[in-house]
Amino acid sequence: MKAKLVITPKKAVLDPQGKTVANALEHMGYAGVTGVRVGKYLEIDLAPGTSAADADKALHEAARRFLSNPVIEDYRLEIVE
Amino acid sequence: MRFAILQFPASNCDQDCVHALRVMGAQAKMVWHKDTSLGEVDAVIVPGGFSYGDALRCGAIARFSPVMQAVSRFAENGGLVLGICNGFQILCEAGLLPGALIRNRDLRFHCEQVFLKTANFDTAFTSGIRRDGVPIRIPIAHGEGCYFADAPTLERLQAGRQILWQYCDASGAVTEAANPNGSLMNIAGIANARFNVAGLMPHPDRAVEGILGTEDGRSILSSMIAALESRKSAAAA
Repeated sequence: MKAKLVITPKKAVLDPQGKTVANALEHMGYAGVTGVRVGKYLEIDLAPGTSAADADKALHEAARRFLSNPVIEDYRLEIVE
Repeated sequence: MRFAILQFPASNCDQDCVHALRVMGAQAKMVWHKDTSLGEVDAVIVPGGFSYGDALRCGAIARFSPVMQAVSRFAENGGLVLGICNGFQILCEAGLLPGALIRNRDLRFHCEQVFLKTANFDTAFTSGIRRDGVPIRIPIAHGEGCYFADAPTLERLQAGRQILWQYCDASGAVTEAANPNGSLMNIAGIANARFNVAGLMPHPDRAVEGILGTEDGRSILSSMIAALESRKSAAAA
Protein backbone atom coordinates (compact mmCIF):
# COMPACT_ATOMS: atom_id res chain seq x y z
CA MET A 1 0.00 0.00 0.00
CA LYS A 2 1.27 3.43 -0.81
CA ALA A 3 0.36 7.06 -1.02
CA LYS A 4 1.06 9.21 -4.05
CA LEU A 5 1.44 12.90 -3.44
CA VAL A 6 1.77 15.37 -6.30
CA ILE A 7 2.81 18.91 -5.39
CA THR A 8 2.66 21.77 -7.89
CA PRO A 9 3.36 25.48 -7.65
CA LYS A 10 0.18 27.55 -7.36
CA LYS A 11 -0.97 29.28 -10.51
CA ALA A 12 -0.15 32.71 -9.07
CA VAL A 13 3.42 31.68 -8.23
CA LEU A 14 6.20 32.34 -10.71
CA ASP A 15 7.62 29.01 -11.95
CA PRO A 16 10.78 29.87 -13.88
CA GLN A 17 11.75 26.21 -14.17
CA GLY A 18 8.42 25.35 -15.78
CA LYS A 19 8.78 28.29 -18.15
CA THR A 20 12.28 27.18 -19.18
CA VAL A 21 11.03 23.64 -19.83
CA ALA A 22 8.07 24.96 -21.85
CA ASN A 23 10.44 27.09 -23.97
CA ALA A 24 12.69 24.07 -24.56
CA LEU A 25 9.73 21.95 -25.67
CA GLU A 26 8.74 24.66 -28.10
CA HIS A 27 12.28 24.92 -29.51
CA MET A 28 12.33 21.14 -29.93
CA GLY A 29 9.26 21.38 -32.10
CA TYR A 30 6.62 20.02 -29.74
CA ALA A 31 3.72 22.15 -30.85
CA GLY A 32 0.66 22.94 -28.80
CA VAL A 33 2.34 23.15 -25.37
CA THR A 34 0.82 26.16 -23.67
CA GLY A 35 2.49 25.86 -20.27
CA VAL A 36 4.50 23.66 -17.92
CA ARG A 37 4.48 23.65 -14.10
CA VAL A 38 7.35 21.76 -12.50
CA GLY A 39 6.44 20.25 -9.15
CA LYS A 40 7.30 17.29 -6.96
CA TYR A 41 6.09 13.72 -6.68
CA LEU A 42 6.35 11.82 -3.41
CA GLU A 43 5.69 8.10 -3.16
CA ILE A 44 5.08 7.12 0.45
CA ASP A 45 5.15 3.44 1.43
CA LEU A 46 2.57 2.41 4.00
CA ALA A 47 2.57 -0.67 6.23
CA PRO A 48 0.35 -3.48 4.91
CA GLY A 49 -3.07 -3.47 6.54
CA THR A 50 -3.08 0.31 7.15
CA SER A 51 -6.59 1.70 6.98
CA ALA A 52 -6.87 3.72 3.78
CA ALA A 53 -9.18 6.21 5.51
CA ASP A 54 -6.75 6.73 8.41
CA ALA A 55 -3.80 7.08 6.04
CA ASP A 56 -5.74 9.56 3.93
CA LYS A 57 -6.58 11.68 6.97
CA ALA A 58 -3.07 11.59 8.42
CA LEU A 59 -1.35 12.34 5.12
CA HIS A 60 -3.69 15.22 4.28
CA GLU A 61 -2.64 16.71 7.60
CA ALA A 62 1.05 16.04 6.88
CA ALA A 63 0.66 17.52 3.41
CA ARG A 64 -0.82 20.73 4.79
CA ARG A 65 1.60 21.07 7.71
CA PHE A 66 4.85 19.91 6.17
CA LEU A 67 4.98 18.16 2.81
CA SER A 68 3.58 21.11 0.88
CA ASN A 69 3.66 24.83 1.64
CA PRO A 70 0.11 26.14 1.15
CA VAL A 71 1.47 29.65 0.55
CA ILE A 72 3.05 28.60 -2.74
CA GLU A 73 1.91 25.06 -3.55
CA ASP A 74 -1.17 22.91 -4.23
CA TYR A 75 -1.18 19.17 -3.70
CA ARG A 76 -3.12 16.07 -4.76
CA LEU A 77 -3.10 12.95 -2.59
CA GLU A 78 -4.05 9.46 -3.62
CA ILE A 79 -3.91 6.23 -1.59
CA VAL A 80 -3.39 3.10 -3.71
CA GLU A 81 -3.27 -0.61 -2.88
CA MET B 1 23.46 41.88 25.19
CA ARG B 2 23.22 38.13 24.81
CA PHE B 3 22.34 36.62 21.47
CA ALA B 4 21.48 32.99 20.75
CA ILE B 5 22.60 31.79 17.32
CA LEU B 6 20.76 28.64 16.26
CA GLN B 7 22.75 25.82 14.78
CA PHE B 8 21.06 23.29 12.46
CA PRO B 9 22.72 20.52 10.48
CA ALA B 10 24.23 22.41 7.49
CA SER B 11 23.89 25.88 8.95
CA ASN B 12 27.00 27.60 7.61
CA CYS B 13 26.75 31.21 8.75
CA ASP B 14 26.44 30.41 12.44
CA GLN B 15 30.11 31.25 13.07
CA ASP B 16 29.82 34.40 10.96
CA CYS B 17 26.95 35.59 13.17
CA VAL B 18 28.85 34.85 16.38
CA HIS B 19 31.88 36.68 15.03
CA ALA B 20 29.86 39.66 13.79
CA LEU B 21 28.08 40.09 17.12
CA ARG B 22 31.32 39.88 19.07
CA VAL B 23 32.83 42.50 16.76
CA MET B 24 29.82 44.63 17.66
CA GLY B 25 30.51 44.16 21.36
CA ALA B 26 27.61 41.81 22.06
CA GLN B 27 27.74 38.30 23.54
CA ALA B 28 26.78 35.40 21.32
CA LYS B 29 26.37 31.71 21.97
CA MET B 30 25.36 28.81 19.76
CA VAL B 31 22.18 26.90 20.52
CA TRP B 32 21.93 23.41 19.04
CA HIS B 33 18.79 22.55 17.07
CA LYS B 34 17.90 19.70 19.43
CA ASP B 35 17.93 21.94 22.49
CA THR B 36 14.48 22.63 23.88
CA SER B 37 15.47 25.84 25.61
CA LEU B 38 17.34 28.96 24.50
CA GLY B 39 18.72 29.67 27.97
CA GLU B 40 19.09 33.23 29.23
CA VAL B 41 19.25 35.32 26.07
CA ASP B 42 17.98 38.71 24.92
CA ALA B 43 17.64 37.95 21.20
CA VAL B 44 17.80 35.10 18.70
CA ILE B 45 19.41 34.96 15.28
CA VAL B 46 18.49 32.19 12.87
CA PRO B 47 21.56 32.10 10.64
CA GLY B 48 22.10 31.35 6.97
CA GLY B 49 23.08 28.05 5.44
CA PHE B 50 21.39 25.02 3.96
CA SER B 51 19.65 23.42 6.94
CA TYR B 52 18.96 19.74 6.26
CA GLY B 53 20.46 20.17 2.79
CA ASP B 54 17.37 22.15 1.70
CA ALA B 55 15.51 18.80 1.50
CA LEU B 56 11.85 19.17 0.45
CA ARG B 57 11.92 22.99 0.68
CA CYS B 58 14.39 25.44 2.20
CA GLY B 59 13.71 25.58 5.93
CA ALA B 60 10.85 23.06 5.81
CA ILE B 61 12.51 20.53 8.10
CA ALA B 62 14.46 22.89 10.36
CA ARG B 63 11.26 24.57 11.40
CA PHE B 64 10.12 21.39 13.19
CA SER B 65 13.36 21.19 15.22
CA PRO B 66 12.87 21.22 18.99
CA VAL B 67 14.68 24.57 19.27
CA MET B 68 12.10 26.20 17.00
CA GLN B 69 9.39 25.52 19.59
CA ALA B 70 11.51 27.53 22.01
CA VAL B 71 11.94 30.28 19.40
CA SER B 72 8.17 30.45 18.84
CA ARG B 73 7.58 30.85 22.58
CA PHE B 74 10.36 33.46 22.76
CA ALA B 75 8.74 35.39 19.90
CA GLU B 76 5.25 35.10 21.43
CA ASN B 77 6.66 36.70 24.58
CA GLY B 78 7.94 39.60 22.51
CA GLY B 79 11.58 38.48 22.17
CA LEU B 80 13.59 39.83 19.23
CA VAL B 81 14.23 37.27 16.48
CA LEU B 82 16.14 37.92 13.25
CA GLY B 83 16.35 35.37 10.42
CA ILE B 84 19.11 35.82 7.86
CA CYS B 85 18.93 34.07 4.46
CA ASN B 86 18.12 30.41 5.32
CA GLY B 87 17.01 31.79 8.68
CA PHE B 88 14.46 33.99 6.87
CA GLN B 89 13.25 30.93 4.96
CA ILE B 90 12.91 28.98 8.22
CA LEU B 91 10.90 31.77 9.90
CA CYS B 92 8.53 31.90 6.91
CA GLU B 93 8.11 28.12 6.93
CA ALA B 94 7.44 28.29 10.68
CA GLY B 95 4.70 30.86 10.12
CA LEU B 96 6.51 33.43 12.27
CA LEU B 97 6.71 35.61 9.15
CA PRO B 98 4.21 35.70 6.27
CA GLY B 99 4.97 34.57 2.71
CA ALA B 100 7.58 32.24 1.27
CA LEU B 101 10.92 32.30 -0.55
CA ILE B 102 11.09 30.50 -3.85
CA ARG B 103 13.62 29.82 -6.58
CA ASN B 104 15.32 32.91 -8.01
CA ARG B 105 13.59 34.16 -11.15
CA ASP B 106 16.65 33.42 -13.32
CA LEU B 107 17.23 29.98 -11.70
CA ARG B 108 20.74 31.07 -10.72
CA PHE B 109 22.53 31.32 -7.39
CA HIS B 110 23.35 34.97 -6.72
CA CYS B 111 26.44 35.84 -4.73
CA GLU B 112 26.99 39.57 -4.93
CA GLN B 113 26.70 42.92 -3.14
CA VAL B 114 23.27 44.52 -3.37
CA PHE B 115 21.85 47.88 -2.32
CA LEU B 116 18.97 48.02 0.12
CA LYS B 117 16.47 50.77 0.69
CA THR B 118 15.15 50.80 4.24
CA ALA B 119 11.38 51.27 4.04
CA ASN B 120 10.62 51.63 7.75
CA PHE B 121 13.11 53.11 10.22
CA ASP B 122 10.83 52.79 13.25
CA THR B 123 11.71 49.23 14.23
CA ALA B 124 14.15 47.38 16.46
CA PHE B 125 15.94 46.17 13.32
CA THR B 126 16.23 49.45 11.44
CA SER B 127 16.28 52.42 13.83
CA GLY B 128 20.05 52.88 13.60
CA ILE B 129 20.30 52.72 9.81
CA ARG B 130 21.37 55.91 8.02
CA ARG B 131 18.38 58.05 7.03
CA ASP B 132 20.00 60.32 4.46
CA GLY B 133 18.53 58.43 1.51
CA VAL B 134 21.77 56.60 0.76
CA PRO B 135 21.04 52.86 0.51
CA ILE B 136 23.04 50.36 2.54
CA ARG B 137 25.17 47.82 0.68
CA ILE B 138 25.10 44.22 1.91
CA PRO B 139 25.96 40.90 0.25
CA ILE B 140 23.46 38.24 -0.81
CA ALA B 141 24.25 34.56 -1.44
CA HIS B 142 21.18 32.51 -2.29
CA GLY B 143 19.41 30.47 -4.93
CA GLU B 144 15.96 30.68 -3.34
CA GLY B 145 15.40 34.26 -2.30
CA CYS B 146 12.46 35.31 -4.44
CA TYR B 147 9.90 36.61 -1.96
CA PHE B 148 6.32 35.58 -2.66
CA ALA B 149 3.07 36.31 -0.82
CA ASP B 150 -0.49 36.49 -2.12
CA ALA B 151 -2.02 39.88 -2.93
CA PRO B 152 -3.96 40.34 0.35
CA THR B 153 -0.82 39.51 2.36
CA LEU B 154 1.24 42.01 0.35
CA GLU B 155 -1.39 44.66 0.97
CA ARG B 156 -1.28 43.93 4.69
CA LEU B 157 2.52 44.12 4.70
CA GLN B 158 2.41 47.47 2.97
CA ALA B 159 -0.39 48.94 5.08
CA GLY B 160 1.31 47.76 8.27
CA ARG B 161 4.75 49.07 7.19
CA GLN B 162 6.11 45.56 7.64
CA ILE B 163 8.32 45.76 4.56
CA LEU B 164 11.68 46.72 6.07
CA TRP B 165 14.07 46.47 3.13
CA GLN B 166 13.75 46.55 -0.67
CA TYR B 167 16.38 45.89 -3.31
CA CYS B 168 17.30 49.18 -4.98
CA ASP B 169 20.00 50.70 -7.17
CA ALA B 170 22.98 52.74 -5.94
CA SER B 171 20.86 55.91 -5.92
CA GLY B 172 18.22 54.29 -3.74
CA ALA B 173 15.62 53.83 -6.51
CA VAL B 174 13.59 50.62 -6.24
CA THR B 175 13.74 49.35 -9.82
CA GLU B 176 13.14 46.07 -11.60
CA ALA B 177 16.79 46.06 -12.76
CA ALA B 178 17.96 46.22 -9.13
CA ASN B 179 15.88 43.17 -8.18
CA PRO B 180 18.33 40.22 -8.08
CA ASN B 181 15.82 37.40 -7.65
CA GLY B 182 12.35 38.41 -8.77
CA SER B 183 11.01 39.18 -5.28
CA LEU B 184 7.57 40.77 -5.33
CA MET B 185 7.84 44.52 -4.72
CA ASN B 186 11.65 44.04 -4.54
CA ILE B 187 11.19 42.76 -0.99
CA ALA B 188 14.49 41.86 0.65
CA GLY B 189 13.25 41.72 4.23
CA ILE B 190 10.08 42.01 6.30
CA ALA B 191 8.88 42.03 9.90
CA ASN B 192 5.86 40.52 11.61
CA ALA B 193 2.95 42.73 12.67
CA ARG B 194 4.40 43.16 16.18
CA PHE B 195 7.83 44.09 14.79
CA ASN B 196 9.72 41.71 17.07
CA VAL B 197 10.46 39.12 14.36
CA ALA B 198 12.19 40.03 11.11
CA GLY B 199 13.88 38.24 8.24
CA LEU B 200 15.99 39.24 5.28
CA MET B 201 17.85 37.45 2.50
CA PRO B 202 20.96 39.71 2.53
CA HIS B 203 23.69 39.00 5.08
CA PRO B 204 24.37 41.79 7.61
CA ASP B 205 26.59 39.21 9.38
CA ARG B 206 28.96 39.33 6.40
CA ALA B 207 29.16 43.11 6.37
CA VAL B 208 30.57 44.33 9.68
CA GLU B 209 34.24 44.87 8.82
CA GLY B 210 35.82 47.07 6.17
CA ILE B 211 38.05 44.27 4.98
CA LEU B 212 34.92 42.52 3.69
CA GLY B 213 34.07 45.48 1.47
CA THR B 214 31.19 46.93 3.44
CA GLU B 215 30.36 47.64 7.07
CA ASP B 216 26.73 48.51 6.40
CA GLY B 217 25.50 45.36 8.14
CA ARG B 218 26.57 46.89 11.43
CA SER B 219 23.64 49.29 11.45
CA ILE B 220 21.11 46.42 11.46
CA LEU B 221 22.83 44.59 14.32
CA SER B 222 23.43 47.83 16.24
CA SER B 223 19.73 48.69 15.87
CA MET B 224 18.90 45.42 17.61
CA ILE B 225 21.49 45.99 20.34
CA ALA B 226 20.19 49.54 20.95
CA ALA B 227 16.59 48.26 21.09
CA LEU B 228 17.57 45.62 23.65
CA GLU B 229 19.45 48.19 25.73
CA SER B 230 16.48 50.53 25.82
CA ARG B 231 14.18 47.63 26.78
CA LYS B 232 16.56 46.77 29.63
CA SER B 233 16.77 50.29 30.95
CA ALA B 234 12.96 50.63 30.66
CA ALA B 235 12.56 47.42 32.65
CA ALA B 236 15.06 48.60 35.29
CA ALA B 237 13.42 52.00 35.69
